Amino acid sequence: MISLLQEAATTAAEHTESVASSVAHGETETATGLPQLDLTSFGNQIFWLVVAMVVLYWIVAKVALPRIGAVLSDRQGAITGDLMAAEEFKLKAKEAEAAYDKALADARTEAGKIVAANRADIQKELDAAIAHADAEIAARTAESEGRIRQIRDSADNDAREVARDVTAELVRAFGGVVDQGAVDQAVDSRMKGALQ
Amino acid sequence: MATEAHGEATGLSFHPMDQFIVRPLFGDGDVHWYTPSNVTLWLFAIVLATLALLVLGTRGRAIVPSRSQSMAEMSYGMIHKMVGDIAGKDGLKYFPYIMTLFMFVLFANFLGLLPMAFTVTSHIAVTGFLALAVFLTVTVIGFVKNGAHFLDLFWVRSAPLAIRPVLAVIEVISYFVRPLSLSIRLAGNMIAGHAVIKVFAGFAALILINPGLGALVTPVSILAVVGMYAFEILVAFIQAYVFTILTCVYLKDALHPSH
Amino acid sequence: MEGNIGELGQYIGVGLTAIGMGGAAIGVGNVAGNFLSGALRNPSAAAGQTATLFIGMAFAEALGIFSFLVALLLMFAV
Repeated sequence: MISLLQEAATTAAEHTESVASSVAHGETETATGLPQLDLTSFGNQIFWLVVAMVVLYWIVAKVALPRIGAVLSDRQGAITGDLMAAEEFKLKAKEAEAAYDKALADARTEAGKIVAANRADIQKELDAAIAHADAEIAARTAESEGRIRQIRDSADNDAREVARDVTAELVRAFGGVVDQGAVDQAVDSRMKGALQ
Repeated sequence: MATEAHGEATGLSFHPMDQFIVRPLFGDGDVHWYTPSNVTLWLFAIVLATLALLVLGTRGRAIVPSRSQSMAEMSYGMIHKMVGDIAGKDGLKYFPYIMTLFMFVLFANFLGLLPMAFTVTSHIAVTGFLALAVFLTVTVIGFVKNGAHFLDLFWVRSAPLAIRPVLAVIEVISYFVRPLSLSIRLAGNMIAGHAVIKVFAGFAALILINPGLGALVTPVSILAVVGMYAFEILVAFIQAYVFTILTCVYLKDALHPSH
Repeated sequence: MEGNIGELGQYIGVGLTAIGMGGAAIGVGNVAGNFLSGALRNPSAAAGQTATLFIGMAFAEALGIFSFLVALLLMFAV
């Protein structure tokens, strides 16, 4: 291989001369031999390759890759962040639903309580009104009974007076002496039986 | 030599190797090591193309990427996954180097496909230097990480003891052939593809010399150029991919030498 | 069609060497075909093995490229 390369280099060198002369004659330059094996150009290629690779390495490793890596991790972060936010929102929605349910139940019990309280109030008022009415009725009844008794008593007394008077007049009319005490006693004993 | 005589009988001129000549960029004269040449031009075109894709393309740093940014991210993701899958987690430390290598070979191959372009990866000097750099780096990493255990790579413990020496010889040879095959594969693919395109393109001129035969040959050769060109675009990518993946494989051998 | 016998031998040699590339083509085709038949049997495992496919193709192809290189050397450098 190496001897081949050397041989190629010498032939290439010969041909460079011939090429140079043909260029001088105004002809177009053509490859004679394999240009890849032209050892005289190796130094040039390798030197510029090293320069270009160093520049390229700097661009790729120090500028491009950190930037792309940062963008990719940012995106990953954004995606996981969004997913977490969505999870949070879901949780919040669940919480809100629970709160709504609780509020509904609370409102229901509150309403029940209010209804019960109102019913109790009304009942109390009703009871009070009924008691008041009962008391009034009792009072009226008592009053009426009192008056009736009064009337009856006064009627008794009147009747007794009348009976005494009539008895006394009768006794007198019959010519008796009126013993007021005996008359009263007789009338009272009779009246007692009649009036009871 | 042979080239001068090619095609002179028919009047066609085939110069498939002309595209690989290293010329000074300014004026004529010898190509010294410091002379800015067409190699220099296209090397820096590669640098600029990488800059455009990886740096300008991602300048938005957008969470929702633009087209160029997603291309940069795709290449990042592809190489990152490749290094992680093949060389392992501890290989990710070398990801910037491998990414640099991939971007260089990829853009060298792609830019070389432009008409009138110079393909730097078609030169043994360039690919040989890259392959030797990979080879030496990987060998040094292997010895630094594993010490003498790196030699387990050649001593196949899973094989019967009797054939281990034979296997060791084969393994050593295949180890030292690596830089050769790595560089020749890339350069050979590039030389072959470009030379074939040039040869087909040379036939396309036949219509100017021999209209009767040319009416038949020229369309066929132009179609062949188009087909080869499409194939070469594929090859350009695949060779960059293969170069990178083999580097990863070698790196894996250096990091985990036991089979 | 004048020329010397050495040039004749050179061209014949180049042509014979180029046959080696045909062998590499067969090899690459073998790799790809076997991969495809395996991948169609077990498509879920195929995606993880594309890297192996390319490595295998690269190795098979490298030998063809070697013969191409020898052909080039014979053609231009001898």
